[in-house]
Amino acid sequence: MLTAKLITLEQVEEIIDLVRKVYGFDLGGYSRASIKRRLVRIMLIKDFTVFELKSQIINDNDFFEEFLQQITVNVTEMFRDPGFFKAVREKVLPYLSSYPRIKVWNAGCSSGEELYSFAILLAEEELYDRSFLYGTDINSLVLESAKKGIYDIKKMKQNSENYIASGSIRSLANYYIAQYDAVAINTSLKKNTLFSIHNLVTDGVFNEFQIVSCRNVLIYFTVELQERVLKLFYESLCPLGFLCLGSKEFLRNGELARKFRVIDKTENIYQKIE
Amino acid sequence: MTKPKIFTKKLNKQDQHIVSKIKNAEILVMGCSAGGFSIIYDLVLNFPENFPLPVLIVIHRSRKYKSLIEEQLNLNGKLKVKMAEDKERIKKGIVYFAPPDYHLLVEDGGSLSLDYSELVHFCRPAIDATFQSAADVYKEKVIAVLLSGTNEDGAEGIAYISELNGLTVVQDPDSAEFRTMPQAAIEKANVDLILNNLQIAELMNDINRVKNQLE
Repeated sequence: MLTAKLITLEQVEEIIDLVRKVYGFDLGGYSRASIKRRLVRIMLIKDFTVFELKSQIINDNDFFEEFLQQITVNVTEMFRDPGFFKAVREKVLPYLSSYPRIKVWNAGCSSGEELYSFAILLAEEELYDRSFLYGTDINSLVLESAKKGIYDIKKMKQNSENYIASGSIRSLANYYIAQYDAVAINTSLKKNTLFSIHNLVTDGVFNEFQIVSCRNVLIYFTVELQERVLKLFYESLCPLGFLCLGSKEFLRNGELARKFRVIDKTENIYQKIE
Repeated sequence: MTKPKIFTKKLNKQDQHIVSKIKNAEILVMGCSAGGFSIIYDLVLNFPENFPLPVLIVIHRSRKYKSLIEEQLNLNGKLKVKMAEDKERIKKGIVYFAPPDYHLLVEDGGSLSLDYSELVHFCRPAIDATFQSAADVYKEKVIAVLLSGTNEDGAEGIAYISELNGLTVVQDPDSAEFRTMPQAAIEKANVDLILNNLQIAELMNDINRVKNQLE
């Protein structure tokens, strides 16, 4: 059986409609090819046909929670794209070092690895005590694990390599305690953090930030939704605040792009200038 | 399973079903892993200026090392060659490479998107992901070429394209540096053509000839 045959693009639309009707949850702005891959994944894990998938969505609220967890991609690393974190350290944090408060919004934070990477950078630049980091996601289950800050020890090798490649002279092991097959992020790095539910599709501005970082989230959205979300980020930034996007996510030409200047072209870091 | 015939000479009337698939095609997708890079390089280098299809290429490469393959080919070949960008519209006469560490997907309406989901066959980009999504959108209008490699990525994609009646081409395992990948595809799918390196290059000329005469 070929996995791609499990569901057609037409049936993907039917599922999106169904989720909208039953739960008021709008997946309409998500890239269809990615959504299809997620649905195939769910169907394989659950051994469902399209009919069974629909019936579960309609009849089982608990399944829908799980569905929401699986429909978004939760693949992440600490210090993913080391060059990006190097640029933040060298080009963004010095600028913000004179600020009395530094508020960071990590949108689509998943299990928190990126947020804790920011926390480590801020701590190393001695800015952590005046910083506050907000991590948001649509998925309550990943937020639970982000709050705990407990990660599989097997992932720490890659994370450490990333950390070193980002130009740090210390060891990532300073920031966690390892026990058995897991590591726990130091409590000192957790104290100025808050994780909470926020849906980029439907929720609005909730604070004003010096840094908004949203990396590898926009690629799952259609161009129209990308534009809406970028506007939300613009409105959430303080004057001269910084916007950080993923390595394949750009501010496209247009009105919004003119309101930013490029801080780092390769790492997609922008500063709001008007 | 019957082994498809090896296709050698210029396309003639006996290959009518191949010719009609080529006539019908709207996109060329190619995938390779270990042992396939130089073939891909030569194929893209030799694409003529008016090559009639857009081309998507997935090669397994590490994100750790900067690769210059797109720049080199763009500089030295006749077609525009670039790394695929998210939400970019697919255009004829452009060769798009999947960026390292992202799956490259085809969206309904003919644009590209990138995806950072789980590895497939320990790979990101995965050939399967691109082949499957291209077939979802272009259906039978896909020509897919799978080359040398050491794992089984691409076999599912080839099988899916084959079921949707696209044209499937696999490098002859005997002429591939690593046979695992083409072999897996041949075992999984009823592929149209099993070709050696020279024949694959000839097929590209045939595609150019057939499509451009038509237009």
